[in-house]
Amino acid sequence: MGKQLSRRNFLLGSTVSLLSGAGMTKLAQALQEEPHTHALQTPEGDDADAHFGMVGNVNHARNGFDPLRMLVDWDYGKVSILPNGQTLREYQFIAYDKEIEVAPGVFFPAWTYNGRVPGPTIRCKEGDRIRIDFTNSGTHPHTIHFHGIHPFEMDGVPGAGPGEIGVGESFVYEFDAEPFGCQLYHCHSLPLKRHIHKGLYGAFIVDPTEGRPPARELMMIMNGFDTNFDSANEVYAVNSVGFEYIRRPIPVKVGELIRVYLINITEFDPINSFHLHAEFFDYYDHGTTLTPTLHTVDTIMQAQAQRGILEFSYRWPGKYMFHAHVSEFAELGWMGNFNAVAAEDFEQALAEAGLDADWDRLALHGSTANG
Amino acid sequence: MTESGSQNSTPRHRFNWRTVLLGLFPLLALGAVIAYFVFTGGGLGELSTPPLEQVNIERITMPEPGVIVLHAVNDGPETLTIAQIAVDEAYWDFEADPSNTLPRLGRATITIPYPWVKQEAHLIKLVTSIGTTFEAEIPAAVVTPKPSGEFFLNFALVGFYIGIVPIALGMLWFPILRRLNPRGMNFILSLTIGLLVFLAVGTWLDALEFADRLAAFWQGVPLLIFVSLISLGALVVIGTVYRGSRRVLDTAYLLSLGIGLHNLGEGLAIGAAFALGQAALGTFLIVGFALHNITEGVGIVTPLVRNPPRFSHFLGLILLGGGPAILGTWIGGFGFNPVLATIFLAVGVGAILQVIWEVGKLVVNESKKLGDPALNWTTLSGLSSGLLIMYFTAFLVKF
Repeated sequence: MGKQLSRRNFLLGSTVSLLSGAGMTKLAQALQEEPHTHALQTPEGDDADAHFGMVGNVNHARNGFDPLRMLVDWDYGKVSILPNGQTLREYQFIAYDKEIEVAPGVFFPAWTYNGRVPGPTIRCKEGDRIRIDFTNSGTHPHTIHFHGIHPFEMDGVPGAGPGEIGVGESFVYEFDAEPFGCQLYHCHSLPLKRHIHKGLYGAFIVDPTEGRPPARELMMIMNGFDTNFDSANEVYAVNSVGFEYIRRPIPVKVGELIRVYLINITEFDPINSFHLHAEFFDYYDHGTTLTPTLHTVDTIMQAQAQRGILEFSYRWPGKYMFHAHVSEFAELGWMGNFNAVAAEDFEQALAEAGLDADWDRLALHGSTANG
Repeated sequence: MTESGSQNSTPRHRFNWRTVLLGLFPLLALGAVIAYFVFTGGGLGELSTPPLEQVNIERITMPEPGVIVLHAVNDGPETLTIAQIAVDEAYWDFEADPSNTLPRLGRATITIPYPWVKQEAHLIKLVTSIGTTFEAEIPAAVVTPKPSGEFFLNFALVGFYIGIVPIALGMLWFPILRRLNPRGMNFILSLTIGLLVFLAVGTWLDALEFADRLAAFWQGVPLLIFVSLISLGALVVIGTVYRGSRRVLDTAYLLSLGIGLHNLGEGLAIGAAFALGQAALGTFLIVGFALHNITEGVGIVTPLVRNPPRFSHFLGLILLGGGPAILGTWIGGFGFNPVLATIFLAVGVGAILQVIWEVGKLVVNESKKLGDPALNWTTLSGLSSGLLIMYFTAFLVKF
C-alpha cells in the first residue's frame, strides 16, 4: 500500500500540472462570465418592475364580491326605532362554505358569512341596538365573536351563552354597539386558527354620536390565505384578492380627506403593517378616540385583530403605492395603489377601476352619525 | 386423448373471422367497461376524493440574466393548472408553453422574467388552481452553459482529464503486472474485483439518485432494476455465445465498457455540477476523479497480462473506458435528462456485474491452478485492497 501511495502522489502531481496547463482555468472563467446578452425585453419594452405580481385577472362576479366595492359597501342592516327611542339594526348572517378566487386562477375553499370574505361590513352608531340572526349552514360549528362591549352570553365563544352554533342551528346575537371605533367580528369556534383563516371575519364600524369630519371613507381588512394548509399564507391581500388594487387603483381626489378603517386579521403571522407612499397620516388606534393616537406617521403595524383609523390627503396627482412593509406580504399580494387625481379627472379614474358614481356616493356618505 | 378428440382439435387451429372475434371480444368488453366508468363513475361516487395534484420539475435553466426557465411535467392523476408562480416569496410574471394547464403526463416550459442574482440561491414556488404548491430550488444561480463550440471543447477536456488520462496512466503499470508471479497476479485480479464491486455499488447509488428524481410514471427504481438485469443477461449471453481465442481480450473490452458506463455517470455529475454553478468544486473534483479512476486502468489490463494484444487494442480500451466520461460531461452540462441518465447508469450496473462474473471466473481458475480455494488470503486481501483504495480515494470526490 505504501508503495502505491507514493506512486499516486507522484501521479497526482503530474495530473495537477496537466490541469493547470491546459485550459481548466479558462473553463472556470468561461463559466463564471456573464454572457453578453441583454435582459429579457417585454413587447412593450417595459422595465423589470413590470414583471412582478400575478398573471391574469380574478372573476369577481363568480366570487360574488369585488374588493373595490367592499371598500365602501357599508351594511346598515334593517333599521327601525325601538319603543325607548333606540335605533335597532337587524342583520341576517348565514355561514356557508364557498370556493373563492383569492388570486387569479387560485381557488380557496373558504368558510364565509353571507358568501363573502370578509363578511358584511356592519356600520352603525354608538348606542345602536344590534341584532344578528345567525344561521350556520356550513359544515362545522361556527360562532360570531364581536370585539365590543357586551354581556357574557353574547360573546360568541364556546362555553358562553349558546357556545358554538352547530350545523343547521341558529342563534340571535343582540347587544348595544359600543364603544365607537373601528371594530371587528370573527368566528371563535375551535380550532381558532382554521376558523379565522378560512374566512369568517368582517368589519364592525361604530360611528361616534357626533360623527367624524367628512371624508372619503374606505374599509380595508388585511388578510391572508393558506391555500396548501401548511400554516403559512400563500396569498396576502386587503379584502381578499391579492394585488387587486394594483390592477385597479383606488380613485381618490387630490386635496380631499381620506379615512381608512384598517383591520388586521392575518392568521399565522404575528404582525402585519400598512405603509403609505409619498404622504403621512394621523392614526387613531382602535378608532376609539376622536383625536389621533399617533401624529404624522407613514407606517403603522398591527398585531392580529388590532385595527385603527388612518386620515390623510394627497397634495399632487399620481398613483401612490400603499402596502404592507413586511416586504414578503407585499410581494405575495398585499400591495395596492391610490390613484389621486384632480376633481375633473375623477370620473375617468372611477371608470378605469370599473366603478361608478354610486361607489363615490357610498365612499363619501358612509357615516351613520347624521342619518 | 381419444380419436374423436384429435379430430375436433384440428379445425381449431384454423384462423377465421370467428377466431378474430373471439380474440377481440375481451378487448371490446374492456372498452365497454371503460366507457361505463368514464360516463357513470362506476357507482364509486362515495369513494371519489379531491384530486391529488403532483408536479415534477425536471429541469431548471437560466439561459440569460433575468430569465429562469422551468421544465415541468404533471405526473399526478388529473389535469392541473399552474395558476401563479412565486420566486423567493414574490409573485411573478410567467409564460407557460404550450399552456399552464397540463393534462396527466403533460409538459410545460415555463419562462419567468426574474432578475436572479448570480451565485445566490433562489426558491421557486408553483401555485396550482386549488392552492397546492410545488417548490424547486436553484442552489447557486449561474447562466446555463449553451452548447457552443468552446464549451463542447472545454467539457470534452474535463471528460478527458477524469476518464481518458487516469485510465491511460493506470495502464502504464502493465509492464509491472507482467512481471508478477501467479500469486501476485491473483492478488491483482482480486483487487480488480474489489474495484468493480465498489463501482457497481457506486453506480447503483448514482442511478438510484436519478431514478428517485423521475416523475412517478417512469417508475424509476423498477426501471433501474430491470434495465440492469436485462443488460447483465444480454452481456452474459453474448459472452457465452462468442467464446473463442479472443476470450480474454473480450473480457477486457467488457470490463472497459462497464467502467466506461460508470465513468459516464461521473461525467454527468461533473457536467451537472458545472451547469449548476458549483464550478469552484469542479477543479477539486476533477483532480479527485483522476486519482480515483487511475485504478480503473489497472483493472482493465489485468486480464491481458498472459496474452498482451496489439498496441492499438490498448488505445481502444482507453477510449471505451474513458471516452464515455466526455459524453457524460456533455449530457450533464447541456441537456440534462434524468431518464437517460438512469438508463445509462442501469446499463452500467449490469455491465459491471457481468465483468465481476468474468474476472471472478479468472480468479477461481488461477486459484485452482495454485491449489488454493477460491477465497484465500491472497484473493481476500486483493479484494479488500481494491475496495479500500476506491473507498479512500472517493473521499476526494464526494460532496
